[in-house]
Amino acid sequence: MKFSESSKDSFIKPLFKNNPIFVQILGVCSALAVTTSLKTALTMALAVTFVTAFSNVGVALIRKVIPGSIRMIVEMTIIATLVILVDQLIKAFSYNLSKQLSVYVGLIITNCIVMGRAEAFAIKNKVGDSLLDGIGNGLGYGAVLLVVAFFRELFGFGKLFGIVVFPTVQNGGWYVPNGLMVTAPAAFFLIGGIIWLVKTCNKEMQDAE
Amino acid sequence: MKQTALRKLLKDVGEKYFMPGKPLAKLYPLYDAADTFFFTPDARTSGTTHVRDCVDFKRMMIFVVYALIPCLLMGLYNVGFQANRLIEAGAKAPLDWHGSILNSLSHAIPVYDSSSIFGCFVYGFVYWLPVYVVTMVVGLFWEILFAGIYKEEVNEGFFVTGFLFPLICPATVPLWQVALAISFGVVIGKEIFGGTGRNFLNPALVARAFLFFAYAGQISGDKVWTAVDGFSKATPLSCAAGGAEALASAGYTIRDCFVGVIPGAVGETSTVACLIGMVFLLIVGIASWRVMASMFVGGMGLAALLTLCGPDAVAARPALALGPQWHFVMGGFAFGMVFMATDPVTSAATKIGQYVYGLLVGALVIVVRVFNPAYPEGVMLVILFGNCVAPLIDYCVVQANIRRRMKRLETR
Repeated sequence: MKFSESSKDSFIKPLFKNNPIFVQILGVCSALAVTTSLKTALTMALAVTFVTAFSNVGVALIRKVIPGSIRMIVEMTIIATLVILVDQLIKAFSYNLSKQLSVYVGLIITNCIVMGRAEAFAIKNKVGDSLLDGIGNGLGYGAVLLVVAFFRELFGFGKLFGIVVFPTVQNGGWYVPNGLMVTAPAAFFLIGGIIWLVKTCNKEMQDAE
Repeated sequence: MKQTALRKLLKDVGEKYFMPGKPLAKLYPLYDAADTFFFTPDARTSGTTHVRDCVDFKRMMIFVVYALIPCLLMGLYNVGFQANRLIEAGAKAPLDWHGSILNSLSHAIPVYDSSSIFGCFVYGFVYWLPVYVVTMVVGLFWEILFAGIYKEEVNEGFFVTGFLFPLICPATVPLWQVALAISFGVVIGKEIFGGTGRNFLNPALVARAFLFFAYAGQISGDKVWTAVDGFSKATPLSCAAGGAEALASAGYTIRDCFVGVIPGAVGETSTVACLIGMVFLLIVGIASWRVMASMFVGGMGLAALLTLCGPDAVAARPALALGPQWHFVMGGFAFGMVFMATDPVTSAATKIGQYVYGLLVGALVIVVRVFNPAYPEGVMLVILFGNCVAPLIDYCVVQANIRRRMKRLETR
């Protein structure tokens, strides 16, 4: 299979230049909720990538036959089906994890990235490109999630993927866990910090004064 | 004009190293800060008319620091006094490096004697000075860094923040936490919004809130407020949930709270010291009397109203019956009213807005204290909340004024 320049773009751009979280500012709510540990963040990242990829494929496949007036309902049906699928899979194979993620897997359905990509991209592009765009956006979202979760789990609990990195004072170590990191505002600060850093380093990404 | 040797030295050094294009141009703010520290800058505003006032930014900030000195002196004495009272009652003297310093000092100064005012003062000073030094060094590091990025001069705003912050911490706060908190306060609370004058939150309170949420176990509760080893003594506020009787049985009187000989954060225990600072701030006209008066009325008015609750309600929630006489002297109400809520940058700017802002903050403090079991004290979070809504209050006041004047124009 050969990819044109624009196909490559639709995959690569959302990873950084058009990142769903720090450029499009989409999907922030779930980024606050599931980033207290790397494990949940990784699961969420994979789940969202799966849903965006296949909802994009689904929408792109039938884009020519959907009447414009009901297209959102159709998109929603496709997305909902995929989300339920993912939710059931996680429940079946990793019940504890699904308990930690609680409602947030189900809430992928309301994640603006999924609907946003279906509406902005898949509805008017070819299937292959839409698949790449979906994967790219899912991974772009997931990358930010993992960065945020890295800092929150490390400084909030002294762990990475559940493995002790900084032994905490409670367990006889030296590290005093930072309680702020466990609360949702910390994710706001971190995402804000990432946006700040990225925009400062990339002149072209700065908003016009 | 004849120049002093120092003036000449500073000028030469500046021209040689710090001007644009010279090797240390990035550190110009540092040079400028040193220069204006020694000499009044002779730069004049260019262009036409501008408002003239003898109170410039530098003087305004240093006046607030002057106004805080009574709180500081009283607070330092009280840290030592509280600790010594507990030591005399059988608690252990501090075992950490504070204790080693105190032990070596105790040969010359009676630091372990609660009846020696000077001894207690030195005890408090040993705890306060490191916190203050860390606050200033770390805070000024960020200030200078951002002044370099923004290509602005370092301004005096941080002196107030740096002075306020140690006063609203417990004396026993670990120094690394001080460094983290003040970094957070200065960077997130102020610099990312463009520096002094553009911050919508009070940086000292942001730093304090960071400590409160990040290290809740060490910054709240009963253990932290006294500078002795592993001894807990409930503050008046933590007794207040039990009403006036609980306060009395813990040995607190209104008089003690008013004078400030109670456990608490370093600078906020003494209501009388806050009032001295208030008088000074009002005489020099720096802090807004509208904010202070309306916060007082809002808080004390609500506290007085709550005392009218029926006996059933009071039995279920004894704090309802405390009344304004207690609420005014406990915790940080007076300190927040005089020094925190009145911050001219973060409070409401319109006159009517200041009344609304003060009433809101005052009343909410009492609501949090009486009705929220999780937070015994509400002053810090309520003032931060007030800071957030102050621009909205101002916007409404300005819009109402515009509508009023439009109406007047139409009817004419």
